[in-house]
Amino acid sequence: MTGKPHESSITGKLVAVEGLDGSGKSTQVYLLKRWLELDGYKVFFTEWNSSAIVRKATRKGKKRQLLTPTTFSLIHSTDFADRYERQILPLLNAGYIVLADRYIFTAFARDSVRGCDRGWIRKLYSFARKPDVTFYFDVPLKTALARILDGRTRVKYHEAGMDMGYSKDPHESFRIFQGKIYSEYRHLVHEYDFTKIDATEPPDIQQAKVREILETKIDLPRYRWQGPVYPQQNR
Amino acid sequence: MLKPKRFYGKGIPGVVLDQLKGQLIVVEGADGSGRSTQIDLLRNWLERRGYPTVNVGLRRSMLVSRELEQAMQGNILGTRTLSLFYATDFTDQLENRMIPALRSGFVVLADRYIYTLMARAIVRGVEPAWIRDVYSIALVPDAVFYLAVSPKILVERNLRKHAVLDYWESGMDMRRSSNMYASFIEYQRQIQKEFQAMQQHYGFETINGNRSPRAVQKELRANIEVILNGKSGLIEDRSNDSNSTQRIARSTRTLADRGEGYQSRVSGQPAARYRATHRFP
Repeated sequence: MTGKPHESSITGKLVAVEGLDGSGKSTQVYLLKRWLELDGYKVFFTEWNSSAIVRKATRKGKKRQLLTPTTFSLIHSTDFADRYERQILPLLNAGYIVLADRYIFTAFARDSVRGCDRGWIRKLYSFARKPDVTFYFDVPLKTALARILDGRTRVKYHEAGMDMGYSKDPHESFRIFQGKIYSEYRHLVHEYDFTKIDATEPPDIQQAKVREILETKIDLPRYRWQGPVYPQQNR
Repeated sequence: MLKPKRFYGKGIPGVVLDQLKGQLIVVEGADGSGRSTQIDLLRNWLERRGYPTVNVGLRRSMLVSRELEQAMQGNILGTRTLSLFYATDFTDQLENRMIPALRSGFVVLADRYIYTLMARAIVRGVEPAWIRDVYSIALVPDAVFYLAVSPKILVERNLRKHAVLDYWESGMDMRRSSNMYASFIEYQRQIQKEFQAMQQHYGFETINGNRSPRAVQKELRANIEVILNGKSGLIEDRSNDSNSTQRIARSTRTLADRGEGYQSRVSGQPAARYRATHRFP
């Protein structure tokens, strides 16, 4: 089905961004998307944990704290599979550049911190195509923590890893949890050959680098809309 | 000796297997195979004898059952997504119902388990290795009984009961045939083929479900009797085949007995009738 046989026929390109909360990756992928769509490329943007059907169950599970590390992992893989089967894969087949704000590596990092077996998590997501480029927004843990903890006073229960019982104080728990995720990412960077971006630099500088790298890795003109240009929509 | 529990793979993090004192008994089979009837009868039988039981089944989790139901009705999810949704439902029940019950020494009666979910996924084109890996978190049951019923009899029983065939149990989503009757027969054949293939890997007991409920129940009880005496034979049978004739299930016991009931009781009577034949790899 959606496994390897199809991969040769996939003409699109998959670009993922990964990084800690507070690394600024969502801003960067947003700017990337704006650039590509305004310049007339076939581009699609997808976000972690956003499948309409599955999200309802995820929200309930989180709100009522019904989730264990394993069901947390499985429900996110369900969400991912839904977006993958219904959007990411067909759009790649149709020759789109698909931008993913967090991809399977987020699950690799978070779920292993929660105690799931690393091998099992990788097998769970083995159906997913590896990105053509994965930008990793590298930022010192301290900076990422400061950006989140200074910005808003409340961090969500699961974001803070409160389910792990590190600390009763959400901020303290968040610090510990993010620290563990940070060290997972440091392994993933090498394992999956991420393209590192220094996320301490000003946003426009980062974006210039991201665009430059993308142009070297992807033959962009191939992904332009053919025929009449559609009117641009601001979303 | 108490047979140690194990997971198929790495399992669920944080579960201490030695604490799982109860027994996990799985009944598998298509709709119309008599599964529910048999489980009800088993439950009565067990509870009459003082064994606390817990029933679990597919799509009964607190976490996602309702959402899964809705998604099924709309038939909007892809095969892999649906497989993972079911895996979530299964795992929620495994962690929050089955494992706690086993810890308390209950008999868990599972109305279907991972095998149906795997068979359904595989006939729809999911790679067998992948779905096996997904379910490597599952606990290896103490016994799995597969009620094999010929597709023709299944049709009869379903129509007699509901006057209509279930969309999913007829494999209508696979669009093999617009004729529901033909699709049902074909789909059930494929599922049975998968069960046969899985039998080698997972080694469950196939029970001829074409017979009367009474005959099926009698066979189930005979098999379960052995397990309840802490002699499922899963591990011991293999290493200790020569001793198997010494094993006999005690036919009556009380709740108070059960603390030491897992210690092997040996009697001189031959126990061919009770010898467990199911084995796991």
